[in-house]
Amino acid sequence: MARMNMIEAIRSAHDVVMDRDPSVVVLGEDVGYFGGVFRCTDGLQRKYGEHRVIDAPISEGGIIGAAIGMGVNGLRPVAEIQFADYIYPGFDQIVSELARLRYRSGGEFFSPVTIRTPCGGGIRGGQTHSQSPEAMFTHVSGIKVVMPSNPYDAKGLLISSIESDDPVIFFEPKRIYNGPFDGDPEKPAVSWGSHAKGEVPDGHYTVPLGMADVALEGDELTIVTYGTLVHVAIAAAKETGVACEVIDVRTLAPLDIATLATSVKKTGRCLVAHEATRFGGYGAELAATIQKECFYHLEAPISRVAGWDTPYPHAFEWQYFPGLKRMSAGIRKVMEAG
Amino acid sequence: MITKSRLQIPRASARPGEKPDFSYLDVSPAGSKDKPDRDARTRDIEHLSNGLIRVLDDDHRAKGPWNPNFDATELQVGLRWMVLNRVFDERMWQIQRQGRISFYMQALGEEAVSIAQGMALRPGDMCFPSYRNQGLFMYRGVSLVEMMCQCLSNTRDMCLGRQLPIMYHSKSGNVFSISGNLGTQYPHAVGWAMASAIKGEDHIAASWVGDGTTSEADFHHALTFAAIYQAPVILNVVNNQWAISSFQGTAAGERRAFAARGLGLGIPGLRVDGNDFLAVYSATLWAAERARRGRGPTLIELVTYRGGAHSTSDDPTKYRPKDEWATFPLGDPIERLKQFMIAEGHWSDAKHESLVDELRTDVTVAWKEAQKFGTMTEEPWLDPATMFDDVYAEVPGHLKAQRRRMLEIEGDK
Repeated sequence: MARMNMIEAIRSAHDVVMDRDPSVVVLGEDVGYFGGVFRCTDGLQRKYGEHRVIDAPISEGGIIGAAIGMGVNGLRPVAEIQFADYIYPGFDQIVSELARLRYRSGGEFFSPVTIRTPCGGGIRGGQTHSQSPEAMFTHVSGIKVVMPSNPYDAKGLLISSIESDDPVIFFEPKRIYNGPFDGDPEKPAVSWGSHAKGEVPDGHYTVPLGMADVALEGDELTIVTYGTLVHVAIAAAKETGVACEVIDVRTLAPLDIATLATSVKKTGRCLVAHEATRFGGYGAELAATIQKECFYHLEAPISRVAGWDTPYPHAFEWQYFPGLKRMSAGIRKVMEAG
Repeated sequence: MITKSRLQIPRASARPGEKPDFSYLDVSPAGSKDKPDRDARTRDIEHLSNGLIRVLDDDHRAKGPWNPNFDATELQVGLRWMVLNRVFDERMWQIQRQGRISFYMQALGEEAVSIAQGMALRPGDMCFPSYRNQGLFMYRGVSLVEMMCQCLSNTRDMCLGRQLPIMYHSKSGNVFSISGNLGTQYPHAVGWAMASAIKGEDHIAASWVGDGTTSEADFHHALTFAAIYQAPVILNVVNNQWAISSFQGTAAGERRAFAARGLGLGIPGLRVDGNDFLAVYSATLWAAERARRGRGPTLIELVTYRGGAHSTSDDPTKYRPKDEWATFPLGDPIERLKQFMIAEGHWSDAKHESLVDELRTDVTVAWKEAQKFGTMTEEPWLDPATMFDDVYAEVPGHLKAQRRRMLEIEGDK
């Protein structure tokens, strides 16, 4: 076992699958010679060559469209979009092509593309380097959507994503690339060095898609979340003293309903949390599903903690980001209700 | 003989540890390119998309038909703005390194683009800039203090704290809001120009992207619309050789000049020495007059070099030779204009030094002033309640409720 941060774990996932499967190719802006602006593909071009780790032009639509074509022709492309905020020029290729190719061709054509993209706020990135657009993709039938919260899951889920014959959008919460973040910007940065999930096997292993994880056990309230907010939820549980069960969704689509329902039936209370804006967000899907599965076990209305419904501001990052204070306030609200 | 298809992977001419090599650059002698009539047909001037329109020669003389024949005052105005752009960047870079702003991007080595083009356009012409056009904002009347306040996201920030540093706008100066997404402004410029023509006005639009951004679909959308409707617009490609770590070959710059990107659509292209203040001015004025006379768009490639990092977030020594800029055949735009002015008897090293000192002092004074309106660590700060304004023309009910909730939580210390 090695100690890895999320960047190293993601790099290791690439390395492991590229070594095993010569059909895996990587393409994206600055991914080759430079190794990616977040260094997630560092060293791969030197090891696997320029035909397998391709520096792409600044053309997100081109990167995704070309990746689809490569996938149709037997390769297994991993496309990096430098920031999730820059994925939109590729949106048509994702929604109209990648997601529906298998369906519209009666199962005869498919393209096993994985699109990796750093997402989320907390890095002073303003409106063009902080977005969490996952709900735009979970709304599209035919693509799987993944967001890990730690190095161990990041590597295992990325290997599963690349090996999956379905297209996957793999969101990487960049705030926690180098260490978990509990949502309080005043505290010193923490590394993955001493975190249990910072222990990552060097070789091949998978974390299956479509399975949530219980990140913290508790019996008073279930917090259903993913990405950076898993750590915020755990910290808020500690701060409030409420015995929270924190569910890390991990795969947003398809959703592991059973794990969520089991937990909420046990606790009777549920808080849904994500960084992305609230209105029409993925939390609405979670709340509706949990309500249907667990209605007769609920002791209080399901509540949501989310980003405010504004673009991501630069100056008010910590009033905008649903950090420790907001999560704790959310927990108290659900505990006081009903 | 090659019997199988194979990929051509573009390779930078030099990487760290290697000797810089600009032999790929097609550099024409100063004064060697003809200056056609403003109404010339595209098919008759295709040759201007190859080679390089240059005025300033290596012997510091101005040559050929593109010489705008500036007087001493005009030259000094141009030099002054370019030096201001540079010393402003130099200071803001340091300020970011001290952790006092979150991010910065310099225009080091590319100052002639914003200043000469700014001077060639009329105040009523609308500019759709990229993130390295700070000189354009300065030239169009945005004060140093205003620019610094934007970078500080403070109480006098024109963006009200909503944007990353350098994402300026100037409504009164006719400079559009910088997005941060690449190339999105290019179709906007074309649409603005189409509206100008629809309204029967003679204002034109101009926009800027880098060499890397020519790969974005929006670049091609803009060219298509501009060509079809003959929109009065100048579409500039600032070819500074590098898009973060990707050299211009990754945008197919090796196949054919960026200036030639519009030829297939009938858009004339001018390939211009972007570090030659006089050539940049003349080429822009030519394209502007052409547009104003109903002759449609021009694509101008400005060949220059990104003297610094892409932004404060990258280290260029990781992907290109350290001394590459020093060997760039088109030199430094400020140094070249300065040497020309000295050769013409309009300037001296002593005058130049005192100009640099004077402008550095202006920047220092402005920085003191800007900090009075707040910094990341010192009050006054913007009111977070304003975060919910301007999402829509009027704040809807759900945002009013979220604002109340935010204040409740933030007030609960």
